Amino acid sequence: MSILEYNGAAIIAMTGSNCVAIASDNRLGIQYQTVAMDFRKIFRMNDSLYVGLAGLATDVQTLDQLLRFRMGLYELREEREMSPEVFTNMLSNLLYEKRFGPYFAEPIIAGLDEKNMPYLATMDLIGAISKTKDFVVAGTAEGNMYGMCETLWKPDMEKEELFETISQALLASVDRDALSGWGGVVHLITPEGVTTRHLKGRQD
Amino acid sequence: MSEFTLAPTASTAAPTGFSFDLTHRNALIESSSSTSSSNIPAKLPKALKTGTTIVGLVYKNGIVLGADTRSTNDTTVADKNCQKIHYIAPNIYCCGAGTAADTEKTTDAISSQMELLRLNTHSESRVVTACTLLKRMLFRYQGYISAALILGGCDVDGPHLYQIYPHGSTGKLPFTTMGSGSLAAIAVFEEGYKDDLEEGEAVELVKRAILAGVWNDLGSGSNVDTCVIRMDGSVEHGRNCVMPNEVGELRKKVRRSDVLNMRSGTTAVLGETFRKRMGGGVTLEDVVVTEMET
Repeated sequence: MSILEYNGAAIIAMTGSNCVAIASDNRLGIQYQTVAMDFRKIFRMNDSLYVGLAGLATDVQTLDQLLRFRMGLYELREEREMSPEVFTNMLSNLLYEKRFGPYFAEPIIAGLDEKNMPYLATMDLIGAISKTKDFVVAGTAEGNMYGMCETLWKPDMEKEELFETISQALLASVDRDALSGWGGVVHLITPEGVTTRHLKGRQD
Repeated sequence: MSEFTLAPTASTAAPTGFSFDLTHRNALIESSSSTSSSNIPAKLPKALKTGTTIVGLVYKNGIVLGADTRSTNDTTVADKNCQKIHYIAPNIYCCGAGTAADTEKTTDAISSQMELLRLNTHSESRVVTACTLLKRMLFRYQGYISAALILGGCDVDGPHLYQIYPHGSTGKLPFTTMGSGSLAAIAVFEEGYKDDLEEGEAVELVKRAILAGVWNDLGSGSNVDTCVIRMDGSVEHGRNCVMPNEVGELRKKVRRSDVLNMRSGTTAVLGETFRKRMGGGVTLEDVVVTEMET
């Protein structure tokens, strides 16, 4: 078992028509023992930018603190919000600085860019960026999530259909993964604002 | 030392180079499982690799570079259409194989050094300069930065093609291939390469070499990217110039089962909140600025 699988996680992000959704499970475990069912793995960076962190829980929380700190400095210095593109590069450099002693976390970045177009990116634990137009996944149920997303995702979904699609992809994936689950949370990012929904899931 | 613990007296210069803060902790995590007393898992996670077939050749009027577009994480395809031809200078490009982050960040670092050098010297970059900077950096890290590169470009001395290994050794060649698909690609080159090829023939040969990797090497796949750098200074990018694995059109033709179309209300929801978009971010007006006591 890899250290990335120590606490368990499942995170998906998907694009729709003028909207993006990012979803995660709620479990925090220590290997096979569940410790908490309300663990936050998706973090709000600004109104149109969310980041999901899958991996070792201690590093997930440390990275969130570091990112919030740097976002705050940027916003004070520049008097504007950070664009998803800039944020991705910042996080990538933050991770690559620790190339030979990495944080054990794989980030997923979901948001809307300056023109309100969907933006999705993911990277490995040392900051190799990969940008996609459809969906990105990270966590212990990665294989399951790839399978669900490849079958359920289609281009240009409206936000309600996008919500159902990402939710079903997540719930079906975590039901076949012992290390993640215990319900989930979905953030639907649109130009008007962000809808957050808590999902009912299996408690075993 | 993290940003939070930096002493206020520390030099104002930004920290440079790698940080080894977590290496000790990570070594403990790795070793703790081998001592049977602890049950913490040992295996450290693997970084993204590019798998990769990358090639380059010199033709009559310049350089042609080529690459596939698959990136892998163990046996999972992590990105089906990534870019492996990196910018170094307006007249120099570089193909990267190995650990994805290493090839990306190494070429980024050298391209910014090249830009500064151009601004200082008011002259066009030379390929040999980029090669020397790259090999010095890779040699300094003793192969731990796993970037295998093919560097190509045209300068005042003509077209040049270098291959650079992760340990810092280099070779100057008329044609070369690297990455896991290098054997498949070099076979095509050995069969088809001639001195002073025409541009059209050269590009076709590069495409064939990459396709040999795409089909015969499991670490390589998806599409073909090319980049032609001519002696007159012009550059032509052939991003996704061959797409033999495009399934989008095929998928559109397949009749989608209605079961896969999610209707509103499929998912059980426990609660919902809405946060209106405000925009703007934190500005100085949002915070109370207090003069520092001195």
